[in-house]
Amino acid sequence: MEDIAILGVGMHPWGKWGRNFVEYGTVAARKALDDAQLEWSEVGFISGAITVRCGYPGYVAGSTMARALGFNGTQVASSYAACASGATALSVARGQILSGACDVALVVGADTTPDGFLAPNDGIRTDDTDWLRFHMVGATNPVYFGLHARRRMELYGATQEDFALVKVKNSKHAVFNENARFNKEYALEDISASPVVSDPLRLLEICTTSDGGAAVVVSSLDYAKSLGVDNPVRISAIALNTPTYPDPLIDLPYLATDSSANTIPNEIGFKESIGKHVYEEAGIGPEDVDVAEVYDLASSMELDWYEQLGFCQPGEAESLLRDGSTSIGGRIPVNPSGGLGAFGEAVPAQAIAQVCELNWQLAQQAGKRQVEDARIGITANQGLFGHGSSVLLRR
Amino acid sequence: MTKDTKIEVPAVEGFFTIEEEPHLIGGRFKKSGSYCFPKSLGGSDPDFPDDEIEEVLLSRVGKIWSYTNSVYPPPPPFIAAEPYEPIVIAAVELEEEKMVILGQVVNGYSVEDLSVGMPVEVTVGTLYEDSENRYLTWMWKPLSEEQKQDKN
Repeated sequence: MEDIAILGVGMHPWGKWGRNFVEYGTVAARKALDDAQLEWSEVGFISGAITVRCGYPGYVAGSTMARALGFNGTQVASSYAACASGATALSVARGQILSGACDVALVVGADTTPDGFLAPNDGIRTDDTDWLRFHMVGATNPVYFGLHARRRMELYGATQEDFALVKVKNSKHAVFNENARFNKEYALEDISASPVVSDPLRLLEICTTSDGGAAVVVSSLDYAKSLGVDNPVRISAIALNTPTYPDPLIDLPYLATDSSANTIPNEIGFKESIGKHVYEEAGIGPEDVDVAEVYDLASSMELDWYEQLGFCQPGEAESLLRDGSTSIGGRIPVNPSGGLGAFGEAVPAQAIAQVCELNWQLAQQAGKRQVEDARIGITANQGLFGHGSSVLLRR
Repeated sequence: MTKDTKIEVPAVEGFFTIEEEPHLIGGRFKKSGSYCFPKSLGGSDPDFPDDEIEEVLLSRVGKIWSYTNSVYPPPPPFIAAEPYEPIVIAAVELEEEKMVILGQVVNGYSVEDLSVGMPVEVTVGTLYEDSENRYLTWMWKPLSEEQKQDKN
């Protein structure tokens, strides 16, 4: 598939203000349009990432944002894929561009989140595994993170200090990110002094819920050229994987895994398949990647991604972290933005925010958190109910 | 704890049996031979498009695949006891069904008492109660002798 060009990106800083999500999305969209040096009237298609926590306007996020920017007849769609919604919205925009339906598309996601644990909406739904896992077991999101972190300790000898060091690294990166909610640099002692939420994970290692917004303006390469943009950051591949049956790993929001009683699980696991998809689509391999933004809902998950994206072999992630390879200045810096640990979850915005960060990195506009000479970047993200996503950017 | 006159009912019907040796109620795909839990909410094997699910009782005993806890009370629709005692949760692998099932660990155990590979059996325990009923869910109970058993 052909590449598309990123013409501009923009974010509303992440925080906790409780204001209307439309405000965050509009700010991000206007910044992205300014960055692209385009007017809203020049956008042919707006692709909204849905939020399910802000009422009806959130379910129709695309048209809600279009109305806030001023209804002008622009084509619109809205996408939901839980935490992967932003990547889905980007993929819809790419399809519109590559089919020739539009020249320029605006992708936007924003959210206003409640305090505390993310939880199902009100009501009794005994046929909804997301409702059942809370009601029958008390399995919050951090419970699943804790299960996998403990498994990592069992399989590979990972320690709580390894998990804490991920947070230490990412907090150093976040110091230089004005869009991050938390800019404080944490030491190991700070993390070990924070309370356990779901053993073995501590409060400072689990991402919080935040308000925020992110937007990207994309176009065909030809259209970019017509604007005088000859060498844009390009999107070379997007993955929107579902798992392959039987998936032997317990995952949000299910009460059980598939059964492998009569079918051997695929050699390549679900998370591994996400990176594999974009590598194949872009015709590169993990050894070509210069920088990554991965979905660190918990510090331990970042270590899993190192292996799932092929930066190292299973069981080697802790060494990769400890030898500095994944810090800015290392071989393959991961989460130079500070990651979700520094941002918190603003569900429909975060997959787009990952693209914003990699755009800045590849355009050499990342300031003090710049990864030197970064030319290829990968994002990885996952939404519950089987939504894997990844975006591969190149310059 | 003295037994009162409360009636024991499942918090949601159809997930487990209530008997001396309770079982989880799962589904078995007739053609593919694989299993699912809960019986009506499992994923399908794409290689068996016309498969049908029959209700089966799943193995009572499995081994801990991993475990954790929730130090803070989970939000609704969980109904947290007051005062809240951290719940412990295990993901348990059933040998025959080759699947991992989540569940709370029975009261009296902390994460320090558990280990990966530890054998456990399924039982039922109280999820919450009101003036008339005690609402039950399935729980995992370690089989190991040395474990402290604080069942009063």
